[in-house]
Amino acid sequence: MANSFTRMISGRNTAVILASVGAGSLTSGYLLCDSTANAAERRKLYPPSADFPDLRKHNNCMAAALTPTIYGHLRDKTTSNEWTVDQCIQTGVDNPGHPFIKTVGMVAGDEESYELFAELFDPVIKDRHNGYDPRTMKHPTDLDASKITSGMFDERYVLSSRVRTGRSIRGLSLPPACSRSERREVERVCVTALSGLKGDLAGRYYSLGDMSDREQQHLIDEHLLFDKPVSPLLTASGMARDWPDARGIWHNNEKNFLLWINEEDHTRIISMEKGGNMKRVFERFCRGLKQVEHLIQERGWEFMWNDRLGYILTCPSNLGTGLRAGVHVRLPMLSRDPRFKKILENLRLQKRGTGGVDTAATGDTVDISNHDRLGKSEVELVQLVVDGVNYLIECEKRLERGQDIKIPSPIPQFRK
Amino acid sequence: MPFGNTHNNFKLNYKVEDEFPDLSKHNNHMAKVLTKELYGKIRDRQTPSGYTLDDVIQTGVDNPGHPFIMTVGCVAGDEESYEVFKDLLDPIISDRHGGYKPTDKHVTDLNFENLKGGDDLDPAYVLSSRVRTGRSIKGFTLPPHNSRGERRGIEKLSVEALTSLDGEFKGKYYPLKSMTDAEQDQLINDHFLFDKPVSPLLTCAGMARDWPDGRGIMHNDNKTFLVWVNEEDHLRVISMQQGGNMREVFKRFCVGLQKIEEIFKKHGHGFMWNEHLGYILTCPSNLGTGLRGGVHVKLPKLSVHAKFDEILGRLRLQKRGTGGVDTASVGGVFDISNADRLGSSEVAQVQLVVDGVKLMVEMEKKLEKGEAIDSMIPAQK
Repeated sequence: MANSFTRMISGRNTAVILASVGAGSLTSGYLLCDSTANAAERRKLYPPSADFPDLRKHNNCMAAALTPTIYGHLRDKTTSNEWTVDQCIQTGVDNPGHPFIKTVGMVAGDEESYELFAELFDPVIKDRHNGYDPRTMKHPTDLDASKITSGMFDERYVLSSRVRTGRSIRGLSLPPACSRSERREVERVCVTALSGLKGDLAGRYYSLGDMSDREQQHLIDEHLLFDKPVSPLLTASGMARDWPDARGIWHNNEKNFLLWINEEDHTRIISMEKGGNMKRVFERFCRGLKQVEHLIQERGWEFMWNDRLGYILTCPSNLGTGLRAGVHVRLPMLSRDPRFKKILENLRLQKRGTGGVDTAATGDTVDISNHDRLGKSEVELVQLVVDGVNYLIECEKRLERGQDIKIPSPIPQFRK
Repeated sequence: MPFGNTHNNFKLNYKVEDEFPDLSKHNNHMAKVLTKELYGKIRDRQTPSGYTLDDVIQTGVDNPGHPFIMTVGCVAGDEESYEVFKDLLDPIISDRHGGYKPTDKHVTDLNFENLKGGDDLDPAYVLSSRVRTGRSIKGFTLPPHNSRGERRGIEKLSVEALTSLDGEFKGKYYPLKSMTDAEQDQLINDHFLFDKPVSPLLTCAGMARDWPDGRGIMHNDNKTFLVWVNEEDHLRVISMQQGGNMREVFKRFCVGLQKIEEIFKKHGHGFMWNEHLGYILTCPSNLGTGLRGGVHVKLPKLSVHAKFDEILGRLRLQKRGTGGVDTASVGGVFDISNADRLGSSEVAQVQLVVDGVKLMVEMEKKLEKGEAIDSMIPAQK
C-alpha cells in the first residue's frame, strides 16, 4: 500500500498519474505544460535572491543557518510529494522568535525533506541537538524498559510521571503538508491498529469532530483533551488546516496510555500516571509502542525511522527518540535556589510550568524532563531523568535539613 | 503557496471522497456551493501559476463560520483563478452579489463629475467621510499565493508610483518593517496604521505570510489620501477627511486612482480588470468596484428605531461599528456604507451613500423633534 504509492509518484511523471485518474491526458498535458513552463518562467523572473527572506530580526535555528547560497541550492527543489524548502521555513520566517528563546524555525513536510534539504536541516539539527552530526553519527534506539534502575521516586515530592514521544507513518506526508485524505489515512491506520490492543492497553477512540459535549467535558476534566493549536509557531506551518478533520484521541480504560492522532505529529504516544513509578510508566510506554508498531506492520505499514536521525517527526527538535520523560515534582526550596538552573543544565534536564511548554510554574511544583532527544537512546534518556530527579529530591531534602547542596558535574552530551 | 502546486498532483492519487472536506458544520458561501461532485470535477485543475482548488477553499474549510454571518469562504490566488475555478466561483459570486450572472457586464465609472450633490451632508451629524477600494496589479499573483520576490516587486512598483505623485497627493511611503517607533505612533494616532491580520479568515488563506516583508503605507502630506501596500490586496486606496463633504472625498479618490493607474500602465503592469467582474481582488466579495464608501454618522435615535435595519436594506446600505467590520457602534455613531460592490458603478454606489445618509440625517432630526418618520421610509432601491 504505502510502497506502491511511493513508487507511483516518484519522479516527475505527473502526467501519467493525472491520466490514470481519468483527467484526460490531453487536458492534463495542456494544464501541466502551461504551469510547468509558467513556473520555470517565473523562477527566472524571480531568482532565489529575490525570494530570500529578510531574517535580520530573527532569532531561531533556521535563521542562523540559512544563507543565500544554501537557499539558492534548495529553492527550486521539490520532494516527490511536491514539498519545497519555502514551505519548510515558512514558520520560521513568520515567527522571528524571542531574544531569550531560540526556536527551531522550520518543519519537515515529509520524510524526504530531511534528505533533500539536508544542506539546511543538518546545521539546524546540529545547532539544536548539541552538535549532533547526521552525516557522521548514528542514533541508538533502545526500548527495553527492564534496564531502568531506581525508577521509583519519593512520592512526597513527585506527584506524577509521564513519558511521551511521537511516531510518523512511513509513506504519508507529515502534518504541515498532508492532504485531507492522507490525514484520514493516518487516522484509519492508527485506529485500526489500536483496536487490536488488549489487556491493560485496551481502550477506545474519540474523534475530535464527532465528540459529544459530555465526552468532551470528560476528556477535559481528565486533562486528556488537546485543542486546535493556537501558537503561531504551529499554525504558520500549516498543521492546523482542516481542523478538526481526522483528529482524535485514543486512551486505554485505565487512562494511563493515550495517543493523540494528527495534532503536531501523526501520533503522539503518552504513558502517564499519578505518583512516582517512572519505571512502570516507561515499561507500559515501551510495551504499548511495540504492540502498536507490530499491529501496523501486520497491515504493511511502518514507522518513519533511520539510523542517522532515529524516529522522524515534524519538528527537528523531536528527532531521535522524540522522547520527553518528565515528572511534576515539588521542589519549593530548590526551585528558589540560585544554583537550580545550573544543576538542571548539568543534569541535562529542563524545567517547564505545570501546563507544559511555555507555561509558568504554579506554586512549588515544576515539570522536570530531559532536555535532549537525539544522540542518546530512550533507555539512556529515561535513566538520566530518573537519576537526575532523584538527585533533585536529594537536594531538596538536604536544603530542608539545612544542609548544603552541590552542583553536579556536567553529563556528557552523547557517545560518538 | 508560491510556484509549486501545493502537493496537488500527489493528492490526485486519492479518491474524491477521501479528499473532499467535511463541510457538514459549515456556514459560508463556499460550503453551500461545493458538492462532492463539483469537487471531483475541478480538483485536478490549476491556474498557470499553480494555484489549486484546495488553495481556493482552505480558508473556508478552516473557518466554519457563524450561524448569523455568512462569510465567503474562498479566495483567489491570481487573476486566472476566477476563470479556472468558475464552476465554483460563479455560483458563489451570484449568491454574494444579488444574483449576478456569469453573462452580466459590470460598469466602471470613476468620473467624479457624475456624482450629484454629496457636498452638503450636515457635519453636525456626519463626522467623517471615507471611500476605499482595492486594486490588483497585473502580472503578479495575489496575496494568498505570492512569493516574497513577487511581493517585493509589487512594493517596489507601488513605491515608485506613489512617491512620484504631486500636488495634493504628494506624500511619503513608510515600509512596515523599518518604521521607527515615532512614525508608528503617529500613524496609529492618525488611524492609518494597519497591523498584521489576526482574523483566521485571513491568516488561513496565507496572506499574512512573511509579515511584515513588503508591506507598507503611503499617505499624502494632508493625510487625506492613503494607500496600503500588500495587506489583504496588492493595494488598498483610501480617501478620507473629517466632515460630510463626500463629493470632495470621492473626487480625490477618483483623481488619485487614475494617476496611480497611469504610472502602473507605463511600466506594463496595469490593474487587473475585466468587463464581467470589474476590478479583480483577492476576496470575491470585493469584485466589481471593490468600493466601500461610507461615513461615520450620529444616529442615536434612528439606530434604535424598529425599522432601522429595514431602512438600511431598502437604501442598499450597511452598518458597521466605528472600528470597521465586525465591531460595535460607540455612542450612537455608526459607520454607514454601500452594501453592493458588483453590478453597479462607483458613481452609482457613492450616490446611494450620499442620498441615503442625507435621508437618514433628516429622519434623525425628525425623531429628535418627536415626529414620526413613517412617511419618509423609502422604497427598495
